[in-house]
Amino acid sequence: MIEILFYILSALTLGSAFMTIISKNPIHSAIWLVVSFFSIAGHYALFNSQFLAMVHIIVYSGAIMILMLFTIMLMNLNISDEISKPFFTKLIAVVCFGLVGLVLIASLAQSAPVIDAYAATGKDYQSIEVLGKILLNEFAVPFEMAAVLLLMAMIGAVLISKKDKTIA
Amino acid sequence: MDTTLLTIALLLPLAGFLINTFFGKSLGKTVVGIVSSSTIAIAFIITAIQFVALQNGAEPTKHVWFDWIRIMDYTIDFGFYYDQLSILWLLFVTGIGTLIHIYSTSYMHDDDNFHKFFSYLNLFVFFMMVLVTGSNLLMMFIGWEGVGLCSYLLIGFWYQNQDYNDAAKKAFIMNRVGDLGFLIGTFVLLHIFGTIDFVEIRNVLEFENLGTSVAILSVATLGLFIGATGKSAQLPLFTWLPDAMAGPTPVSALIHAATMVTAGIFLITRMNFIFDLTPNVQFLIAVVGALTALVAASIALVQNDIKKVLAFSTVSQLGLMFMALGFGAYEVAVFHVITHAFFKACLFLGSGSVIHAIGGEQDMRHMGGLKNTMKITYITFLVSSLAISGIPPLSGFFSKDEILLTAFHENKILWIAGSFASILTAFYMFRLVFLTFFNKFRGTKEQEDHLHESPAAITFPLIVLAILAVVGGLISIPGSSWLNEYLAPVISNNALAHPHELGTTEYILMGVAVVGALIGIGIAYAKYIKNKHVPVNDNNVPGLQKLLVEKYYIDDIYQFLIVQPLNYLGGFFKRNIEALIGGLISGLGFVAGELSYQAKKSQNGNIGLYLFVFVIGVSAIMYYLFIAN
Amino acid sequence: MEHVLQIIGIEQYIYLSILLFCIGVFGILYRRNAIVMFMSIEIMLNAANLLLVAFSNYHEDANGQVFVFFTMAVAAAEVAIGLAILVSIYRNIGSIDIDKLKNLKG
Repeated sequence: MIEILFYILSALTLGSAFMTIISKNPIHSAIWLVVSFFSIAGHYALFNSQFLAMVHIIVYSGAIMILMLFTIMLMNLNISDEISKPFFTKLIAVVCFGLVGLVLIASLAQSAPVIDAYAATGKDYQSIEVLGKILLNEFAVPFEMAAVLLLMAMIGAVLISKKDKTIA
Repeated sequence: MDTTLLTIALLLPLAGFLINTFFGKSLGKTVVGIVSSSTIAIAFIITAIQFVALQNGAEPTKHVWFDWIRIMDYTIDFGFYYDQLSILWLLFVTGIGTLIHIYSTSYMHDDDNFHKFFSYLNLFVFFMMVLVTGSNLLMMFIGWEGVGLCSYLLIGFWYQNQDYNDAAKKAFIMNRVGDLGFLIGTFVLLHIFGTIDFVEIRNVLEFENLGTSVAILSVATLGLFIGATGKSAQLPLFTWLPDAMAGPTPVSALIHAATMVTAGIFLITRMNFIFDLTPNVQFLIAVVGALTALVAASIALVQNDIKKVLAFSTVSQLGLMFMALGFGAYEVAVFHVITHAFFKACLFLGSGSVIHAIGGEQDMRHMGGLKNTMKITYITFLVSSLAISGIPPLSGFFSKDEILLTAFHENKILWIAGSFASILTAFYMFRLVFLTFFNKFRGTKEQEDHLHESPAAITFPLIVLAILAVVGGLISIPGSSWLNEYLAPVISNNALAHPHELGTTEYILMGVAVVGALIGIGIAYAKYIKNKHVPVNDNNVPGLQKLLVEKYYIDDIYQFLIVQPLNYLGGFFKRNIEALIGGLISGLGFVAGELSYQAKKSQNGNIGLYLFVFVIGVSAIMYYLFIAN
Repeated sequence: MEHVLQIIGIEQYIYLSILLFCIGVFGILYRRNAIVMFMSIEIMLNAANLLLVAFSNYHEDANGQVFVFFTMAVAAAEVAIGLAILVSIYRNIGSIDIDKLKNLKG
């Protein structure tokens, strides 16, 4: 049962990611990407990391995709008026796809790690309580730094997209 | 021997050089002249004091300043050696030097570079003093090179004229060729004896028996002789001396008559104990000397420039001195050096006085009848000419006669050559006297109006030198030679060991020599006074005379054999090798430019391309890190 | 109930992640639209996150998931700034076709 669930979710993830890229309409791409995010959240839930699944949906689907959709609509891009790349470039893209996959799988095969079977101990390592403790105890400094990072991003985004005041 | 005083005497000319170089322009001509002359004069006085001390029994001293070179077993120190020979040489170098400095204050009076001239003269005297007082061959070499340098500077003193510069270069380069021989000789001696100090080599030879082969020693002495040949203008390295007459007359008098050209003879006399061991080289020296004397005398017969005649005469007389050295008669050669210095310097200075009076004219065909207007010059010139021709009882007679006597006892053929050269000497010297001072003046009218006797600064040295030319012979009269006794400690195989007997042969030979000289004078008299013959243009001379006028074409031979191939080689390298190397370097630059032009095409601003390369790069890194092991 | 890793095993997750990453790479090189390129970047980031969480569960260590938090924060910040820049570019040249950005051509 879990197996079937895993395969459905995987197919959904890969398929929607592929559709994101293939779609001519940017809005369609965005929608497909949202579907992909949801399926990945499903994967997280399968792992019993509920907190992470929730956060994933909130941040990615709820914030980032909304941002992208707003930008698409701002730039009035729902009409797909983009010239596609020359054939040679598309071929190169496919080759790269294959190359990266090949390199990664080959390095995996080369290192040939010894993978023990998973033995579930009853330890609780990913409930929200444990995550909170670890985040605020060992990773306190990166946590603060992440806050600073988001502040910078906010300020940067505002500054960059300001219209230049004309002197008049 | 007071070495402090002698060191002061050595450094005084150097101080004079420095003062004149840095402050000469601002000091003014009078002060410069006084400073330079007085440095040499004080050096002369100090030397005279030491000479007297030497006569009173002082010992020759070696004064080492510091250890200079120390390699493995060889030690060469920076030191000076004051003995009879060096004091004697110092005496006449500084003495004649002082007179010439006084002469130059008047002769170079109108020149703008007055102070430069005196600084060079002082530097020259300094280096000459280093040459004669050096305690080993390397110290002597310092002086050797230094006088060559000063000779170059002084010959090319009027540097605006390119011919003078060429003459200076020729002198320096020919000297350099000889220097190679000097250095080879030095190295061989260093190798054989482990030292090049004069005293030490002599000790080694006397007290130890190294058993060195004569062949190796001959290499060393031959090398030293070649060095002497370059410096003292013997065959085949003599062509620089006539060209060196391009320099001012005081330079010719000091350097090319009395001091620098005697350095070769000094060297051989200094190393006499070595030369005595290699009789083959000595024979070569004698032959070269005699040949040079003959060749130079024959060329002098047809020269029309007053200074050139005197230059070839110098070469000829040096040849006679070398002939004496070749027979192992070192004291005789030294004697002739001293007397020759007196009368040759007087002759050169006299010719300078004549040239000065006529306003720069040097061609004898435009002179004449000067004996009435330039009395002092005429009398001193006549006295010196008589001395050089070998008329008794002047100094030249005694010294030349000693040489011819030695030649007669050693090698009759060379005696004939030497005697013939002496007869020619008498002829051409009096040819010079008659053409310059007798008959009527052959120059322009305005020159004739300006004829005057030279001022005192010029005539005073002339008088002093003429007196010395007269009485100089007294230092070595046959039978009781003060000079031979004086030089005995210096020379291993000295004349006191086998004295000359003054028998009938010797008197007859003396008579023959005097008669020969008188014949020479007589022929000159007949040709130039009776027939009032004036030499013709150089282009219209017949056969044998043409050979002599062109100096046996030796200059042309050198030009063809050496100078032109060198120039051609230089040109070849410049055209081909340098073009090749230059092309190579510019080719590299061109390649770099082309490469960068092609590489520029990868920066086409296309983000897609950049991303693609990015992915390829990351894949490559991953491959390298994880897969390739 | 058994854990998913016991049933399926970790290699499947590794392959899934690799495939998702390659799709992201393909997407970047294939499209000219800047927005879609951003989306491809998000896909790649998500592939990495997935793998991190998988291994966090495999080793029963929470550090992997904490790292995912930070990755998400960075991704968010990056999208914000990137889109701001994109808007500026759109204002300047009127299009978001990246092939039009050739001013750095040397």
